Amino acid sequence: MAKQYETVIGLEVHVELATKTKIFCSCSTSFGGAPNTHTCPVCTGMPGSLPVLNKQVVEYAIAIGLATNCEITRVCKFDRKNYFYPDNPQNYQISQLYLPIARNGYVEIETGDTKKKVRIHEMHMEEDAGKLVHDEWDDTSIVDYNRSGVPLVEIVSEPDMRSADEVLAYLEKLRMIIQYLGASDCKLQEGSMRADVNLSVREMGSGKFGTRTEMKNLNSFKAIARAIEGERQRQIELLEEGRAVVQETRRWDDNKEYSYAMRSKEDAQDYRYFPEPDLVPVMIDEAWIEKIKMMQPELRDEKLARYKKEYEIPEYDARIITESKHMADIFEKAAAICKNPKKVSNWLMVETLRLLKESGMEPEEIRFSPENLAKLVKLTDSGDINSSVAKQVFVKMFEENTDPESYVKEHGLRTVNDEGELRAVLEQVIADNPQAAADYKSGKEKALGALVGQTMKIMRGKANPGQVNQRLKELLG
Amino acid sequence: MANKISDETIEYVGILAKLWLSDEEKENARSDMEKMLDYIDTLNELDTTGTEPMSHVFPVNNVFREDIVENGDGSEDTLANAPLKKEQGFKVPKTIR
Repeated sequence: MAKQYETVIGLEVHVELATKTKIFCSCSTSFGGAPNTHTCPVCTGMPGSLPVLNKQVVEYAIAIGLATNCEITRVCKFDRKNYFYPDNPQNYQISQLYLPIARNGYVEIETGDTKKKVRIHEMHMEEDAGKLVHDEWDDTSIVDYNRSGVPLVEIVSEPDMRSADEVLAYLEKLRMIIQYLGASDCKLQEGSMRADVNLSVREMGSGKFGTRTEMKNLNSFKAIARAIEGERQRQIELLEEGRAVVQETRRWDDNKEYSYAMRSKEDAQDYRYFPEPDLVPVMIDEAWIEKIKMMQPELRDEKLARYKKEYEIPEYDARIITESKHMADIFEKAAAICKNPKKVSNWLMVETLRLLKESGMEPEEIRFSPENLAKLVKLTDSGDINSSVAKQVFVKMFEENTDPESYVKEHGLRTVNDEGELRAVLEQVIADNPQAAADYKSGKEKALGALVGQTMKIMRGKANPGQVNQRLKELLG
Repeated sequence: MANKISDETIEYVGILAKLWLSDEEKENARSDMEKMLDYIDTLNELDTTGTEPMSHVFPVNNVFREDIVENGDGSEDTLANAPLKKEQGFKVPKTIR
């Protein structure tokens, strides 16, 4: 019988914090500026420049540490990690090795029906490097230091995950916690959340870990899942052939679905860490931690429980809505205004999700305001517009955050409740369709549908179909 | 001379620093580094029992900046230091193969 193998995975997750300025200087962190416009002597490593720590970075890091059940380090310091690479103008990265800001935490993940804790070994603050753009034609790379010095936290897990599903559940959990805290937008594709995967395999039941490799260059959830499967297979094949797994860093090529060893002997990894002399220690006292705890917003798990209780919406719907902080905010505000949480939830669950999917957008990119969604719900609740008109208005609102009230008014979409006008149209329809009218009278219920359809067409959707149905029956009765 | 730096160490430090050293340069580097280690050895002559390790001389902590953008476009000054430029960026030999 073939041997059974178990995959053991630990993650290093880098998250770019949502500060306005860089970690050690007051250059802007905004994305997409022309190359090197957000730079100064500090973030380009000019001799004699002095870094000064951004207080907001420490506060975001404490908030993330608390939300992931970590112990906050009361005396924390920065260290220099030395390496030479063109994206790193100082020739060292300011990071934390000896006294990272948070340690010994965990998050709870769910895969299928199983709950499990993934422990967090430590989390530290550090600066990001510059960006390299490679020129295919003339064998050069171009360096842009706009990203150099953008604040990051690196969250290092224990090797507690056993499958790609668990890894994805863990990343989703971190993403939601951090987005809810407002500490980062956590976009994998844009690089504001990045994951390195440490993976080893061992024979099922073995108490010892196998030799691990580290995989980089994973920028989507799909790539992570594929990389885990690919690397697992590669390592098992080596072991089956009686060869050893080499501890090394590998680069995942998602097009070729294979990982390649990244470093050679020439790039020996020895960072010669030492304490950063230009930055003084950060002392974090109880009062500071308490203050941040007080400001901590309601996180996803609490919100989920409250939605089911307070709004009485199904678990499934509550899960989808709270998966995105932005969507949850829209839901709560709109529900508070129109006092109809069920209808608000329906608009989000059905039409919103459908249009998001069609346009390839994320829930974070929803443009309509909760005020406008509430107005739309009120218009349908009062019977001022019928459901097909509402859907048409919603599409407009989804695209341009159009005010439903003014849109309905401008386009004359209000349901006609004028008895006289409706009656005139109905009589006309009956006169124009004598066959259908006769069929209905002789007991063919179905024939009524054609008459309702005709009426709605003439009224251009502005009538209430239920009411049309009723009146027709009365007239033909 | 308490410390002797081996050939392997000189070779290794050279690789880490991405420096190609001639034999003469290696000898000079070895002698410089040995002098530094000898200087640090002075510490061994002192009794340091009960002395806490420290990374800063001054008893100062929690020096922070508020998160406010103060720097404008610094590209001109930054790029003034670039030996080679292209499209507002530093041009360097290609870093991946």
